[in-house]
Amino acid sequence: MRRRRVLPGFGLSLGITLFYVALILALPIGSLLFKAASLGPEEYWRIVSSGRALASYRVTVLSAAAATLFNLVFGLALAWVLVRYSFPGKRLVDAIVDLPFALPTAVAGIALTTLFAGNGWFGSILAEAGIKVAYTPLGIIIAMAFTSLPFIVRTVQPVLEDLDPALEEAAQSLGGSDAAIFRKVILPLLTPALLAGVSLAFARSLGEFGAIIFIAGNRPFSTEITALLAFIRLEEYDYQAAAAIASVLLITAFVMLAVTNALQARALRYTRRS
Amino acid sequence: MKITLENVEKTFDTFPAVRGVSLEVESGELVALLGPSGSGKTTILRMVAGLEYADGGRILFGAKDATDIPVRERGVGFVFQHYALFPHMTVAENISFGMKVSRRRRSRQEIDLRVDQLLSLVKLEGLNQRFPSQISGGQRQRVALARALAVDPGVLLLDEPFGALDASVRRDLRRWLRELHDELSITTLFVTHDQEEALDLADRVVILDQGRIVQAGTPREVCRSPNSAFVTRFLGDTNHLPGEIRNGRVYVGDIDIAPAATGEGPAEVFARPSDISWETGGPGVGATAIRVIDRPDGRRILAVTDRGHGIEIDVEPDVAVEAGSRGNLRFTRMNVYPANSARTP
Repeated sequence: MRRRRVLPGFGLSLGITLFYVALILALPIGSLLFKAASLGPEEYWRIVSSGRALASYRVTVLSAAAATLFNLVFGLALAWVLVRYSFPGKRLVDAIVDLPFALPTAVAGIALTTLFAGNGWFGSILAEAGIKVAYTPLGIIIAMAFTSLPFIVRTVQPVLEDLDPALEEAAQSLGGSDAAIFRKVILPLLTPALLAGVSLAFARSLGEFGAIIFIAGNRPFSTEITALLAFIRLEEYDYQAAAAIASVLLITAFVMLAVTNALQARALRYTRRS
Repeated sequence: MKITLENVEKTFDTFPAVRGVSLEVESGELVALLGPSGSGKTTILRMVAGLEYADGGRILFGAKDATDIPVRERGVGFVFQHYALFPHMTVAENISFGMKVSRRRRSRQEIDLRVDQLLSLVKLEGLNQRFPSQISGGQRQRVALARALAVDPGVLLLDEPFGALDASVRRDLRRWLRELHDELSITTLFVTHDQEEALDLADRVVILDQGRIVQAGTPREVCRSPNSAFVTRFLGDTNHLPGEIRNGRVYVGDIDIAPAATGEGPAEVFARPSDISWETGGPGVGATAIRVIDRPDGRRILAVTDRGHGIEIDVEPDVAVEAGSRGNLRFTRMNVYPANSARTP
């Protein structure tokens, strides 16, 4: 027997959704993988495991991890402040958080380079301390952190807002210190949202291009990111190699999203009914 | 432990939530704070817990001034209205939370043993590994109670403990909680807006209105001698008729219904539905039945007096009356207050 549904429009909305998913997501990704696959296994392996490519993976993944870690701490703090306290200018700060989404990443990259170059506002101060940011991996991390900050803030913020204040009061009445309450009550409840934000921020950092190429210096084997390497191959009209390198990024991002999804399901296991 | 409130005050922004409340709860006593919403009852409970600081006055636990002791050092067990169980922890982890974060180190065996003891105390043996989302509302409430008792509090505070439960579960839990209290004899203060719950459970009922205590006493005292129109109305169904006191008699309209205790002049007469009888002859206030509602334990007559006041009367199941019947009302018990003192709860 056909099951009757209460909500109308299931067939239509599902059809439209699947059509667009196919058109704007699956098709380009499929053609990319198809292009890469046309290389043949040996040639593919030679390109994706070349020394220059390996070095680019290393700097990309490590920088993305560092940027995500930084945003995990800073983004959580920012969301915390925006939810828990009221202060003048709070709405402005709240709006500024989304700026990295709105700003063309190349503009962000140029602005960051200007600030962190040896003669820039921050760069000149840091140079005195012997820290060089522009044209080093540190610059890559800063550019990645800049563009991926909103993901963590915006995923944690609503969960933090919905957190029942009675939970903390209960923990207090049971004698919990602020640190114990944060560690044992608040943090576990934020974990699923944090994981979601982390996976988005990390995936975005892996693929970030515009903001990084201005500040990174782009020296092969040291500050050349994977996305740039793919772009360089593209400019050399070596489309297959570009697709091969891009496919590595794609697979990495996909695996990482799958892993965080599994972790999230684990962290949310208490919501399952018996 | 004895709890003493001395002239406690609390204002939120400009709203005076609690205005000069003084109260003594004897050690081992079970006291209900009863009042309509906005009467300040929950604020008082939260101030006793230390979840809210008093703007004025003092709160003493025994002889010790607890007014400025923060909640985590006050040693109270608090059961929240919606229980506030930690959703990511199992029942056992919820109950042991207080023992684990306490400065006093306990061994794992000691904690497990205590969790099992508490679970059997609240009749939930074997639910240790369930998550709060996997148990019923009544079970959650008992887990919350076990969690509060785990830290050996000197005082137990419950905020609308049965508010979120079904009527049948509610009554069973109420009786059970009373038995538990008699067993543990821990000083307990609970908040409710349900007069039946307060009368059913408490040794003493404290009735609040607009941030002040209106009346405090045993259930018998407040039921039999409510000291104001507000208390009379709040404690249950009641009929309100304008009356007058003349020469030591109470009159409704021109009918003399009872001797008056005090005063002279306009008065408010209150009588419960079961304190009025429906007579077909003799003296009494004339009325016409509009509708008769049949209930398992009797009949309720909705009637209008000849002067146009709506009135409800409970009579025996076998009384013959129907819509349109004429009758005379005789008052067997009533409360009379000077006019204009009545406030609708």
